[in-house]
Amino acid sequence: MIPVAFDYTAPSSVADAISALGSDSEEIKVLAGGQSLIPVLRLRLAAPTLLVDIGRIPELRGITDEGDAVVIGAMTTHAEVADSDLVKEHAGVLAKATETVADPQVRHRGTLGGSLVHADPAGDLPAPILALDAELVIAGADGERTVPAANFFHDMFATAVGDREILTKVRIPKHTGWGAHYEKFTRVAQQWSIVAVAATVKVDGGSISAAKVALTNMGATPIRATGVEQALLGRAAAGDTVKQAASSAAEGTNPPTDTNGDASYRRHLANVLTRRAVLAAAAS
Amino acid sequence: MARISIKVDGVEYADDVEPRTLLVYYLRDQVGKTGTVIGCDTSNCGSCTVHLDGTSVKSCTVLAVQADGHEVTTIEGLAKDGELHPMQQAFHENHALQCGFCTPGMVMQSIDLLRDNPSPTGEEVRHGLEGNLCRCTGYQNIVKAVLAAAESAPVRVGTAGGTL
Ligand SMILES: Cc1cc2nc3c(=O)[nH]c(=O)nc-3n(C[C@H](O)[C@H](O)[C@H](O)COP(=O)(O)OP(=O)(O)OC[C@H]3O[C@@H](n4cnc5c(N)ncnc54)[C@H](O)[C@@H]3O)c2cc1C
Ligand code: FES
Ligand code: FES
Repeated sequence: MIPVAFDYTAPSSVADAISALGSDSEEIKVLAGGQSLIPVLRLRLAAPTLLVDIGRIPELRGITDEGDAVVIGAMTTHAEVADSDLVKEHAGVLAKATETVADPQVRHRGTLGGSLVHADPAGDLPAPILALDAELVIAGADGERTVPAANFFHDMFATAVGDREILTKVRIPKHTGWGAHYEKFTRVAQQWSIVAVAATVKVDGGSISAAKVALTNMGATPIRATGVEQALLGRAAAGDTVKQAASSAAEGTNPPTDTNGDASYRRHLANVLTRRAVLAAAAS
Repeated sequence: MARISIKVDGVEYADDVEPRTLLVYYLRDQVGKTGTVIGCDTSNCGSCTVHLDGTSVKSCTVLAVQADGHEVTTIEGLAKDGELHPMQQAFHENHALQCGFCTPGMVMQSIDLLRDNPSPTGEEVRHGLEGNLCRCTGYQNIVKAVLAAAESAPVRVGTAGGTL
């Protein structure tokens, strides 16, 4: 279908984008890569009156090394993130999760910022961002603020980013030398996660000295499997011990029931995929 | 209405479009490039794939205004002087199409795939074509065609994004 008519503006700076978002058009939407928004417009599930295209703002693009952190501009595409040596070296689990998003065409257009603000419970990038303890920088009329990933995802399709604000960048503390793996479970090629697990671990002399694990699509927002993280500490990075630690992955989650599976199936999956993800991360 | 300038298959166009116009409709209805087809309403099928500044995109999931100032290559821009692009030739020789509806998108994505990975394995070809659906062939001969093109195609430079 063809979207409902809307006005369009493509500012060239964050400041101009913020002032466009402050205009008195009835329903204003930010347009990033458009890989979630344009399908929604085509199905007429949304009918904004003004689109503010942030795709022509150079300061929102690129990946930089800032000493103890890797900083990724919100408009950086999935293809750029998955391909980046900086991301692969210092935030491996994000690179691995990004490779599994959609298909090459979508990865050429879709952006990290768009995925995070869209906050689909089955989206693949919120979990690694949560696991990596990233910080998100949000710009609005009152200036800039920084929100830790743990406080960013409020509900299904709802984040700390307000209607008149934009996410400008994501700061990820370096996890250099950590093993990383994203275990995504789907039934067919190019599908959203039924359940997925982001795991990044530090192994010293065969035992796990630090572990971060987050779950995709086990609730309205991504969830840290803190029980698993604690149970892994000091344990051998081997089959049985990891299996035992992973058996608490689904505790405290509230997974959906849909045509891909019911909640109890997803709980079972979460345990199995957590074991696989941690073992693969430790071996990587 | 918004004024856009776009280079399509090597030719400059300047047109007025509504902001809601999808790139695929602009290409088909205003520029006349009906070789690029629309197969779905959900951004899943990939039949509308074109190259935007040399990389593959689903033209049903890009607004024409987003392509303002950029360069598009469609399936119609691949053949030169009546001679098929090596990827088109490989599809032809390997019987990689039946009804042909998915073919424009398959060919455009296959060229992108080889740009990214000049000598892929069969598995990598399947992975790289994840965003393109074919309801006829069972994919077998499409994979064969891409592998054949990777093996035999001479590098052809100079087309906008259409290099192999
Ligand atoms: C066929 C297909 C398959 C897909 N499969 C997957 C998959 O397997 N896994 C997965 O994770 N994703 C998948 N996606 C979604 C894809 O990852 C999108 O790229 C992503 O969800 C949105 O990013 P975008 O840049 O395209 O954002 P847009 O579509 O432009 O925007 C999405 C939403 O976020 C808002 N927004 C975007 N950027 C900002 C910003 N910087 N500040 C404030 N608001 C902003 C917009 O207003 C809009 O509401 C798929 C998409 C398609 C079409
Ligand atoms: S028409 Fe199906 S993906 Fe564009
Ligand atoms: S040849 Fe008919 S859809 Fe592919």
